[in-house]
Amino acid sequence: MSKQRQAPVRQRGGFDLGRLLLEGRAFFALIAIIVIFSLLSPVYFTTNNFLTMSSHVAIFGLLSIGMLLVILTGGIDLSVGSTLGLAGVVAGFLMQGVTFDLFGVTLYPPVWVVVILTCGVGALIGAINGVLIAYFKVPAFVATLGLLYVARGVALLMTDGLTYNNLGGQPELGNTGFDWLGFNRLLGVPVGVWVLALVAIVTLLALARTPFGRWVYSTGGNARAAELSGVPVKRVQVSVYVLSGICAAIAGLVLSSQLTSAGPTAGTTYELTAIAGVVIGGAALTGGRGNVRGTLLGAFVIGFLSDGLVIIGVSSYWQTVFTGAVIVLAVLLNSIQYGGRRKRAAPASPSSPASAPPSTTDREPAAADGKSAGKPAVQH
Amino acid sequence: MASRSTPHARHAVVEPTAAGAHANGAGHHDEAIVLSARDVAKSFGSVQALKTVNFDVYRGQVTTLFGENGAGKSTLMKILSGVIQPTDGEILLEGEPVRFASTTDAQRLGISIIHQELSLAPNLSVRDNIFMGREIKGPTGIDYAEEARQTRALMEELDEPIDPLTPVEDLRLGQQQIVEIARALSVDSRILIMDEPTSALSASEVEVLFRVIRDLKSRGVSIVYISHHLEEALTITDHAVVLRDGVMTAYARRAEIDLEWIVRNMVGENFDLGSPPAGYALGEVALSIEDLSVADSSVSERSVVDHLSLEVRAGEIVCLYGLMGAGRTELLECVAGRVPSSGGQVRLEGEDVSHLSIAERIEKGLVLVPEDRQRDGLVQTMSVGENLSLASIKAFTKGLLTSGRRERGVVEESIANVHIKTDGPRAEIGSLSGGNQQKVVIGKMLATHPRVVLLDEPSRGIDIGAKAEVFKLLAEGAASQGLAVIFSTSEVGECLSIAHRIVVMSRGRIAAEFGADISKEQIMAASGEAVVA
Ligand SMILES: Nc1ncnc2c1ncn2[C@@H]1O[C@H](COP(=O)(O)OP(=O)(O)OP(=O)(O)O)[C@@H](O)[C@H]1O
Ligand SMILES: [Mg+2]
Repeated sequence: MSKQRQAPVRQRGGFDLGRLLLEGRAFFALIAIIVIFSLLSPVYFTTNNFLTMSSHVAIFGLLSIGMLLVILTGGIDLSVGSTLGLAGVVAGFLMQGVTFDLFGVTLYPPVWVVVILTCGVGALIGAINGVLIAYFKVPAFVATLGLLYVARGVALLMTDGLTYNNLGGQPELGNTGFDWLGFNRLLGVPVGVWVLALVAIVTLLALARTPFGRWVYSTGGNARAAELSGVPVKRVQVSVYVLSGICAAIAGLVLSSQLTSAGPTAGTTYELTAIAGVVIGGAALTGGRGNVRGTLLGAFVIGFLSDGLVIIGVSSYWQTVFTGAVIVLAVLLNSIQYGGRRKRAAPASPSSPASAPPSTTDREPAAADGKSAGKPAVQH
Repeated sequence: MASRSTPHARHAVVEPTAAGAHANGAGHHDEAIVLSARDVAKSFGSVQALKTVNFDVYRGQVTTLFGENGAGKSTLMKILSGVIQPTDGEILLEGEPVRFASTTDAQRLGISIIHQELSLAPNLSVRDNIFMGREIKGPTGIDYAEEARQTRALMEELDEPIDPLTPVEDLRLGQQQIVEIARALSVDSRILIMDEPTSALSASEVEVLFRVIRDLKSRGVSIVYISHHLEEALTITDHAVVLRDGVMTAYARRAEIDLEWIVRNMVGENFDLGSPPAGYALGEVALSIEDLSVADSSVSERSVVDHLSLEVRAGEIVCLYGLMGAGRTELLECVAGRVPSSGGQVRLEGEDVSHLSIAERIEKGLVLVPEDRQRDGLVQTMSVGENLSLASIKAFTKGLLTSGRRERGVVEESIANVHIKTDGPRAEIGSLSGGNQQKVVIGKMLATHPRVVLLDEPSRGIDIGAKAEVFKLLAEGAASQGLAVIFSTSEVGECLSIAHRIVVMSRGRIAAEFGADISKEQIMAASGEAVVA
């Protein structure tokens, strides 16, 4: 009765390689993109081009990180593109000076005040989103879709559809320095990229090493269980939308500084790019899974891909098709990864033998790593 | 795997009797074996859940599978019903090798399963859940009337008159379990696998289920039954099989064995659930529930908890017994802050906590171990370790940041305390067996070092050894740290373990209160339950 047949041998080596490719897919995709475009165009692999592309990525990256927080809680924020646009317009408006008719004075707030007020606007939009979603139980998709329209509308109203071009400020008014936020370079790297790096590091730390991070992950994983474990689920939900709004406002500041102008239609459909970045980075739209590293990679993939397509002169129609294909592919791989998790054991230990035919002599493996916890209460 | 077993399926016809002999040696050649697993093994990555198991299902009889948490019972049942495929070995149906690529395959051949973890769609009605995927077609699409009629008939058979149109999420856990059972019954199957069908049922509901099982038997349906309620399972079983660490270690017919045999084969030693801790004086009143009411969410006039008052002292253990629907879950959830009260007060060590949030109550030392681990207990996307530490994050946070080292301490202590069988703190929560998941929920809340702990059916799905460990842990906490404990149960035997006091609830009120020296019959009588012989 002992078995003569060999158990079907699971190829560990191949299996692990597949797994590695799957888990590092955003990274490998990025490498592939860089290699392919470098071969296709001599200007792609140059420091200058990388710096230019990075400053584009900075915008998507900032939006994606805010979006990541929201998606981790199981929500979605469609309003970030509009928030970005509104933030630019608010900054432009403040830079032109605020006139108080009543007193007949015009105030020119310094740039740091402009930055804070603009972030405040982003936070306010996020707070409205968050309160609608957490306390009034409006589905996130609908609430943020509403704010997408409202914020865009407000931006258009404020400017009458026109663009603020003069964001440089004047030394005599004490409001110069706006161009420093995105246009200038620090140690040769665009400031916008530094801003992204800073936001990314703070978010990374917050997610991995603070109670807030745990709360975010658990809210997205199972809000009911999280709440019963003492997680302030509603506050967490409001917080992530506020943070997403702030990220969008920062992105708006960086973008209008890069362009030295602020238009009310800036950032249209950027929310979709941000979501794409998060998804390519391996986050699950159902919440609870994802990380900053992946999301940054996702933003770089999108940015480097679209800039590469521009550089090699692919028509913008084809660019759209390519971007779409990459997104679908990413989601496909996500569902393979998470679908597989439920069926397989997640960590395949590389040290275990290449094949483990369950033979009669081989009784150990299950007990070997499971401590003696397998036999609760056998001995008193 | 597919390519290997297909040629087999063509020629090999094994005589059922020969298959029986080859499994268990001697003794029961006469019995007709309808389904059997031959040398079945299953690994999940590096975890070997089953190692060369032979298992037989007898026609028209109940075969019960006993075993500790993580022994591999559910894994074996999932293999027999096509949910997962074995790494090795084969399945013989009426002596013929078969392969199930999916549950639909198995169902077509007459095998259906009631899963340990409920698999109902909460947003759908009872009727739609029961006929999900097998809708009855009428001339104008789905014949809803016929479906509803059959649903009603099934529910009647199970003595649970639930309206077929009730959304499943509005039902109590026990009722959901009954719907799950009804769904399995609605398929005319010749082999019915029941993986812990009674974990959320009370004694009288179990009786109803057993009546149904006897009825099925008489119609020639073969049953595979799994339960950690050993005594209860013994009353229905015809054949007992014990699984231990993925290996079948014992087989016997009902007539040859008793409870002691099962426990001995399961865990190697007999032990009891303990006795009320003694030798110390109870402390001050730790939890006082005063005139508490909870309104029914659907019928506003009714109260599911009706002006109930109860005091528990530090160091005291109270058992809350009652039938399904007696209001135990609602009471505990209200005390923990999950559902709002419609009147009354909850005091923790004299302080009114009625208006505090769940988080604030946990901070003050009042915690709830919820009944439904899938819905309320576990975060499926997090690892075992992250789940265990979720409620006590503050304990390993210093300034702004959490300390990985201290967290590991908290997690490892919990794993050891409640004896969780896992690959390690980083394992996915879904890779644990049902009972071990339950232990995670208990361990998580005990890790907060509470003053008062409420446990709603804590023994749901955990094996007798683990149950004894959890009870011992609670008893020790009560004796040494003055922990006040309220635990609810539907198994009378558990009332007579560590509880100093037994409170019987019925229709939202306290029907009776007993000391530890009461008999099972008296407890059951007080709950309004027909005493089971
Ligand atoms: N998907 C999976 N991935 C990894 N390991 C798994 C998986 N499913 C089950 N296991 C492991 O297989 C073993 C057997 O699990 P199984 O669910 O069959 O136990 P069980 O006997 O049903 O226990 P319980 O009484 O707690 O329900 C356990 O050690 C479990 O951790
Ligand atoms: Mg099980």
